[in-house]
Amino acid sequence: MTVSSTASTAVGLEPLADGERSAAETRQDSLFRWTLFGAATMVMVVLCAAAVSMLWGGRLAFQTFGWHFIVSDAWDPVGRNFGAFVPIYGTLVSSAIAMVIAVPVSFGIALFLTEIAPGWLQAPIAAAIELLAGIPSIIYGMWGLFSFVPFMSDYVLPWINDHLGVMPWVGALFRGPPLGIGMLTAGIVLGIMVIPFISSVMRDVFRTVPASLKESAYALGSTTWEVVWKVVLPYTRSAVVGGIFLGLGRALGETMAVTFVLGNAHQLSASLLAPGNSIAATIANEFTEADSDIYLSSLIALGFLLFVVTLIVLAIARLMLSNLARREGR
Amino acid sequence: MLDRIIRSLAAGAVGAALAGSALAMDITGAGATFPYPVLSQWSTDYSTLTGVKVNYQSIGSGGGIAQIKAATVDFGASDKPLAPDELAQSGLAQFPIVIGGVVPVVNIEGVEPGKLRLSGPILADIFLGKIQKWGDPAIAAINPGLKLGDAAISVVHRSDGSGTTFNFANYLSKVSDEWKSKVGEGTSIQWPAGVGGKGNEGVAAYVKQIKNSIGYVELAYALQNKMSYAAMKNGAGNFVEPSPESFQAAAASADWSKSVDFHLVITDAPGAASWPIAASSFVLMYKQPKDAQRSKTALDFFKWALEKGQAQAKALDYVALPEPLVKQIEAYWASSIK
Repeated sequence: MTVSSTASTAVGLEPLADGERSAAETRQDSLFRWTLFGAATMVMVVLCAAAVSMLWGGRLAFQTFGWHFIVSDAWDPVGRNFGAFVPIYGTLVSSAIAMVIAVPVSFGIALFLTEIAPGWLQAPIAAAIELLAGIPSIIYGMWGLFSFVPFMSDYVLPWINDHLGVMPWVGALFRGPPLGIGMLTAGIVLGIMVIPFISSVMRDVFRTVPASLKESAYALGSTTWEVVWKVVLPYTRSAVVGGIFLGLGRALGETMAVTFVLGNAHQLSASLLAPGNSIAATIANEFTEADSDIYLSSLIALGFLLFVVTLIVLAIARLMLSNLARREGR
Repeated sequence: MLDRIIRSLAAGAVGAALAGSALAMDITGAGATFPYPVLSQWSTDYSTLTGVKVNYQSIGSGGGIAQIKAATVDFGASDKPLAPDELAQSGLAQFPIVIGGVVPVVNIEGVEPGKLRLSGPILADIFLGKIQKWGDPAIAAINPGLKLGDAAISVVHRSDGSGTTFNFANYLSKVSDEWKSKVGEGTSIQWPAGVGGKGNEGVAAYVKQIKNSIGYVELAYALQNKMSYAAMKNGAGNFVEPSPESFQAAAASADWSKSVDFHLVITDAPGAASWPIAASSFVLMYKQPKDAQRSKTALDFFKWALEKGQAQAKALDYVALPEPLVKQIEAYWASSIK
């Protein structure tokens, strides 16, 4: 380090020993570290502030109704009796349907793009998927209401009602008037919306699998399916689960697309064909005209419960991942 | 030299801007979505005439009431009139500005606008979920000769809070005791049956998409979307179709002179030709405003709208207020608003 010592002596400072840094550099470095630390803590602070402010706004509802708020299916603005069960149920069911549709499809897309598609086809399909992600959610809602709902009510739902609705136990899930709007339609529209997110994460992650691993498996005589299921997926498991829960988070909070096709009915029904309500749609619809304090507080409490639901879902994801990792001995 | 020129030009520009703003004041208002189209039209025409801009934000009746109580706007608008004691508590004055009507719309194949006849009790039973099919004997009894089929009725209501819902539920409470005890009236209510659309547009869209459905919208939406509206049996026993004439008959027959602070909901109005679900939209202003100049400018705007704005209201399918009512409102301004 003769150069730097010469430079330091030239400006009248003490020469540095090998491996040491000047005071200015140390200061710069610690400033950089504190800025990064600040950015990370800012995220934590904003998160906690949002949660606490929602809890504070919803305290009147929790005080008035107690735990009953979470299991009650009432929603009476005139009688001032509110319960969160119907919106929570609608949110969870429509998101579950969305995941059942989106995960296999995204998996198929990612697989196709990384393993099977010829080089010239990969770019256009990837671009098309990105475009799907860029469509605003209200456009999905409008397309859902004006194009998809008539299709569902004319062709798909009567078929489901007639053929699946008559089955012994699960029939109750598929019986109902073919309105077109309802849980199933909302779940399908949501599924289409979250496919780009999940598939792009899966695709990026599938590409990181070292070629040597896959080639070794192929060399030993594995089929494409065996390579994917036994080499690619286990290697990328935590990122894939992360991508799935990213999509799930989007589906849980989606407002405009859902409010167009879910029906906004505060009614509980086992049937997937029936309309329902979701937390985000309830808040978006009713917030501006909430005319009593308890009404407003119930809506804010609903927001807090969505926060809790998302947290629980993420916790389950983390638990699943750590379980799998433990079983592998990591 | 150049420096001095620039400075004097800048001072001149600032002075002109200040002087300009003193001449052309901007009035702000917020509230119900129902009168938004006509208020917007009046505001454009008034600003061309006098240079005063009226900025109205349609955030909903509840939002309008909250904003005027917080005095962040010069006037609020609400489809639901506030009770006199609530007005007195907040120091607010209230007067109607425009009248319209709520219209039941249906989507039944082969049924043209105005052909389907309904009565208040039947409408209440449909929305309560008691009458579930279009082939119900009660509906057939007042619609002899009309082929309705026997499909299940799909009810469509509002998912968001609204003055339209308030007036509709108020009417149903007046004609059906069961509705009154079970559901009541309000801008948001617990609907016993049906799906909810967001805004008048949402209800119109749902009714158009779902076969054999019934919903309720403002007349303007029913006409613009070419929907099939129903004729209603009014208090006098006549079946009337919704139109500016039947709304005007309802407004004229309503007894405003006895109301305090114009607290009157004109649903189920008496009169042979009255539409039973007419609705008025109200403006709220402070009796003793902090800024008397702005309040006076707002009142000048409303005076112009009430006296000279009838053509615009009619073009947008609203009903301008009848003459005696306009005189009563102007007398109220003179006595209540300083």
